Amino acid sequence: MTVATEQPKLDLREPPSWRRTKNRIATALMVLAMVLVVIPLGLVLYTVIARGASVISWSFLTSSIPVQVAPANVGGIGPAIVGTIEIVGLATLLAVPLGVLGAIYLNEYGGKNALARVIGFMADVMTGVPSIVMGLFIFSIWVLHFGFSGFAGALALGCLMLPIVIRSSDEMLKLVPDSLREASYALGATRARVTLTVVLPAAVGGIVSGALLAVARAAGETAPLLFTILTVTTVNRNLFSGANTALPSQIFANATSPYVGAQARAWGAALTLVVIAFILMLVARFVTGRFTRQGR
Amino acid sequence: MDQQPEQHVVAHRRRTEPTAQQREVQPTRGAPVFEAKNVSIWYSAFRAVTDVSLSVHEHEITAFIGPSGCGKTTVLRTLNRMNDLVVGARVDGVVHYRGASLYSKDVSATAVRRRIGMVFQKPNPFPKSIYDNVAYGPRINGVRNRGKLDEIVERSLRQSALWDEVKDRLKASALGLSGGQAQRLCIARTLAVEPDVVLMDEPCSALDPIATAAIEDLMRDIKSRYTIVIVTHNMQQATRVSDRTAFFSVLRDDKSDTRTGVLVEYGRTEHIFQDPTDSRTKAYVTGRMG
Amino acid sequence: MSTITREDQAVPASALSERRPLGDRGFQVLALAAGLLVLVILVLIAISTTQQASSWFSTEGVTGVFSTTWNPAAGKFGALAFIYGTLITAAIAIVMAVPVSVGIALLLTEVVPPRWARPIVYVIDLLAVVPSVVWGLWGILVFAPWIAGIYSSIGSAVTGVPVLGALFGPPTSGASFFTAGIILAFMITPIVTSLSREVIATVPAIEREGAYALGATRLEMIRGAVWPHSQGGIVGAVLLGLGRAMGETIAAALVIGSSATITSHLFAPGDSMPAVIANEFGEASGVFRAGLMGLGVLLFIMTIIINIIARGIVQRSARRQRGA
Repeated sequence: MTVATEQPKLDLREPPSWRRTKNRIATALMVLAMVLVVIPLGLVLYTVIARGASVISWSFLTSSIPVQVAPANVGGIGPAIVGTIEIVGLATLLAVPLGVLGAIYLNEYGGKNALARVIGFMADVMTGVPSIVMGLFIFSIWVLHFGFSGFAGALALGCLMLPIVIRSSDEMLKLVPDSLREASYALGATRARVTLTVVLPAAVGGIVSGALLAVARAAGETAPLLFTILTVTTVNRNLFSGANTALPSQIFANATSPYVGAQARAWGAALTLVVIAFILMLVARFVTGRFTRQGR
Repeated sequence: MDQQPEQHVVAHRRRTEPTAQQREVQPTRGAPVFEAKNVSIWYSAFRAVTDVSLSVHEHEITAFIGPSGCGKTTVLRTLNRMNDLVVGARVDGVVHYRGASLYSKDVSATAVRRRIGMVFQKPNPFPKSIYDNVAYGPRINGVRNRGKLDEIVERSLRQSALWDEVKDRLKASALGLSGGQAQRLCIARTLAVEPDVVLMDEPCSALDPIATAAIEDLMRDIKSRYTIVIVTHNMQQATRVSDRTAFFSVLRDDKSDTRTGVLVEYGRTEHIFQDPTDSRTKAYVTGRMG
Repeated sequence: MSTITREDQAVPASALSERRPLGDRGFQVLALAAGLLVLVILVLIAISTTQQASSWFSTEGVTGVFSTTWNPAAGKFGALAFIYGTLITAAIAIVMAVPVSVGIALLLTEVVPPRWARPIVYVIDLLAVVPSVVWGLWGILVFAPWIAGIYSSIGSAVTGVPVLGALFGPPTSGASFFTAGIILAFMITPIVTSLSREVIATVPAIEREGAYALGATRLEMIRGAVWPHSQGGIVGAVLLGLGRAMGETIAAALVIGSSATITSHLFAPGDSMPAVIANEFGEASGVFRAGLMGLGVLLFIMTIIINIIARGIVQRSARRQRGA
């Protein structure tokens, strides 16, 4: 640069200093934190895929569960997949409508009153109740009186999902602008009608995606199922009576097994479970994406 | 890089700006602190400001006025590289600060901002005590000595005319201050690092008239030691405090349906308000245009 | 819903003081009932599990419950070893997960541009959807055997060294407190990260700019503007992570080693409250089952208290944020 003014040239470079070094170290540590998470995640996914893919086939997904000593190429996890779909499906049918209704109470009726605040707070707290406690709870109030069943498992999973659905739906309902509600009230609509015809449709994308994430979480849960459905190896199509099985329960049962075949089936089941959870998550993301684009 | 003192400040103006030599003769005229040449500022694909050239002079108060969306704040934020923090922001053209190019590769934004402080539209004290707010800048610059810090805090608070109001509660949280006090605290916080330039982005827009008057008095007080650039939506304020005024406007392109900010006219404040050259300026200052 | 429609259309224009239609009130009652369900379930959990555990509390008494010996064959059901294991594994998890989580949260909010932040968030979400039992499966079949070698070399290296020897010396085992702590750390990282990130994201941009405008480096800006604002919320996030770690069952059940011992050796096998319930409830009956149920009650009480405190902190810091 040619000097044009009479002023001395100014040095605006950052002098090498401890401040600058500290800043660099801090940034490097943040990146390191990310690496520390990516490595184990990568290892887990790699192991699950590598070991799971070698056993997975159509017949693995549909065949009945053999005895643990059976070699890896015998049998499959069919009953566990059926059980997971049935039990998680039933839990969803129980938890999602109730959760959305609860969120409607919090957001549309409760407003800022004390009861709504307490319920909202306790819904947050309930998300922190350990899943094993939900299992013990359903064991105490249901299994002891009516015996093991898929329905008991669905109740336990439903209890886990309920606060998650309430919280995510509540967040979505909060995003619906008040002007929309007011426009509908100004036409003389009742609150129920405003909620059902204006507010819910406006928030439906977010609610669905929140519900899908709750389903993904429930599908992977083992602890609530241990003492509610037990773990059997046969298909039980009757959800309301008799022990049942699910993917996580089978993995848990096989994980500590000394037999190579049982372990191989555990990896295959783990891959199936992870794929189901990932698909649910991706669908949820897709729904959210569409929803937010439409919202703008 | 060619860096002649600007022959004229803006394309539309015919007046010759003082050179450094002239300053010797005419000590009231400051030397150029900033010289911007053909500056365009982009936010991703949106060209927020087009082709702005102006220079800012030492120990003067320069006001940027214009309708909303005209890019006056954007230009202000280029002067201490605050726009670096906006994702996708890009500056074309040349901005010189005391002869050094602000946007050359080896220039550090933090080093720039230590010399060129900024006061924001909304008072933004940190959630710390009044004392710690003012001491924040000196501390990050390595001042550890308690006595020295006390001295800086008192001096800065006095300069910003806040000392008498807060001297008994320096340890109290800054969040308990009124809006006007909080804004003066933010000014004190900026002055504590002894900057060369203070940029002010509509510093009074969130304040009542009394607090506004206090800030304006304060600006006139500190003008002898600092160079000030202020963005304001209040034309009376520009006439009350500033030595020079730059009028920005929005240029609409109907064909491509795009809009961009342009500098219409720049000159001494009394000139801009009493005898503007450009008809758009005239319309704006006489209130015939929004 | 059809009733609602009918009611609505039946509103006579003159009747400004008419009563709310039945459908509308019915819907409100339904919504209220769904909301109250949360409270009902929480109360029912407390009552029903305590009831089922009552024979344990009555036969063991307070001293028996909080004693160290757990020996079902001899009819001794002291819970202390499991409480110890729960606390120690959760503590290990927190110590490892919190710096990493806060680091990633800062990386996401303060360092990388949004288009880079998105893939990082995907990675964290992936971490969150890996089921507990899959972590456990990997932990017991892959991770524990691998890390056992590292444990034994560390163990022999620190033998005789005060403190370190007591913590990391022999006996060592792949399935141990420490292995469980590491696996729990992976599992709670997503929730601590996303909550910290939410808290940090509420720091107003203008305060960040205030610090930058004074010539602060990024680290100085974080310490001056971000940290004072988000401190409280991050403490809440950490407590929520702690609650999660304490209640995490299946992964711990698989990798902790299932040995009801209280020892300072972190590389030794141990047991935790949820793990022992998962592993032994199936075969238990009588006081044994009541004891496991009682462990569940204690776990419920501990996690509820931690969650109430944590949510309280998070809400208060969010309110202060808005108020400021």
